[in-house]
Amino acid sequence: MEILTPFLLLAGLGILLGLAIGLVAKRFEVPQDPKFTQIRESLPGANCGGCGYAGCDAYAKAVLEGKAPLTSCVVGGEPVSRTIAGIMGVEQDTFEKKVAFVMCSGDTSHAQDKMRYDGVQHCLEASMVPGSGPKSCPYGCVGFGTCVTACKFDAIHVENRLAHVDEDKCVGCGACAAVCPKNIIKIIPKSMKVRVQCSGQDRGRDVRLVCEAGCLGCTLCVRTCPEKAIYMEGNVARIDPSKCVACGACIAKCPAKVIHMVGAESETAAD
Amino acid sequence: MNLLIILISSMLVNNFVLSRFLGICPFLGVSKRTDTAMGMGLAVIFVITISSAFTYMIYTFLLVPLHVEYLYNIAFILVIAALVQMLEMVIQKVSPTLYSALGVYLPLITTNCAVLGVAVLNMQEGYNLIESVVNGFAASAGFALGITLFAGVRERIADNRILRAMEGFPIAMISAGLMAIAFFGFKGLI
Repeated sequence: MEILTPFLLLAGLGILLGLAIGLVAKRFEVPQDPKFTQIRESLPGANCGGCGYAGCDAYAKAVLEGKAPLTSCVVGGEPVSRTIAGIMGVEQDTFEKKVAFVMCSGDTSHAQDKMRYDGVQHCLEASMVPGSGPKSCPYGCVGFGTCVTACKFDAIHVENRLAHVDEDKCVGCGACAAVCPKNIIKIIPKSMKVRVQCSGQDRGRDVRLVCEAGCLGCTLCVRTCPEKAIYMEGNVARIDPSKCVACGACIAKCPAKVIHMVGAESETAAD
Repeated sequence: MNLLIILISSMLVNNFVLSRFLGICPFLGVSKRTDTAMGMGLAVIFVITISSAFTYMIYTFLLVPLHVEYLYNIAFILVIAALVQMLEMVIQKVSPTLYSALGVYLPLITTNCAVLGVAVLNMQEGYNLIESVVNGFAASAGFALGITLFAGVRERIADNRILRAMEGFPIAMISAGLMAIAFFGFKGLI
């Protein structure tokens, strides 16, 4: 009896309360917009935050309220945005796939180490040692793979102390760009074929001293470009994707071979 | 008169956070901004006031007649958790405004020690139903007062330059301690 009473009491109480909760849930059910459920289900559910909202739920809510563009989901890409557009009953906005791009060419064969670094194998820690990190170039990729850890899609990897993006896997969520202490990862449209793979702000001669693959800031490409699509950002050339026609004139002229065309050619250029 | 004494004593003199050290987690966790602190305080008032009535009834009409008073901890937690769940659903339906004002704080405080603490204290002091409810309301109002004031203090701290090593939790702990000393001054009230 001494055991049975408390057992029955608590079990009964639990069952009773459970039933009560169930009843209340049925009775006071708040009907949700069926569109919300549909949108939420069509989203990938990675909760990566690449759309700029706290998660897939928040994005679905914002879409429903008309506050978010239908094309924000970077994971789902075009198919998902088309599905959402179908649910919302509107024409789909044009979708542009974005990818992350590492603006550095300084792998171990091009940029030497200026010190032996035995500290924490983490980009942020390493970039805070005097001299801005172990690599000779203070602007370049530190190469400890903080971006690799940040990536939820296994799309970025470090080879020869330089991060490379696998553009087939990359969804352009920007997680890697946010953690890079050097700020050399940029989210760009995938359609942008010709890219300057350097972020160094040093002058020509200083660049030569630290990296064999760095932009010298000679502005030769700026003068060569027939479309006037190249401009200087400090001492490094940048290409305006809206003007670039991928003619390749700059690639031929560049003395440092730091401008690459994405595709088969970039593989050979990297070697 | 008795009720007035309970009210003042629970709200100020024996303030839940600063004197009894119950509910410290939300006190430090959601006190970065005044508006969220007020939301939390509101939710706590709501839950504690109602749960002190229910736990009183559970204790008096269920545990005492069956001579299983020692089960109070489990029974109270069970009842409070279920109650908050149901309350949340009802509020969502009946008053969406209140629901969005209380927000995530309502389910968060389901298992807060302050909620259980009030129920247990009511029982130990032998309060009747009205006294229990008044005590619950006063204690939670004291919590709301404390957390709102504390959030104000922390907002001011955030705008100031403080020692690097003291940023964040260390300075929050020290401010909380100083606030507790200030509340100690209410001891002379009763």
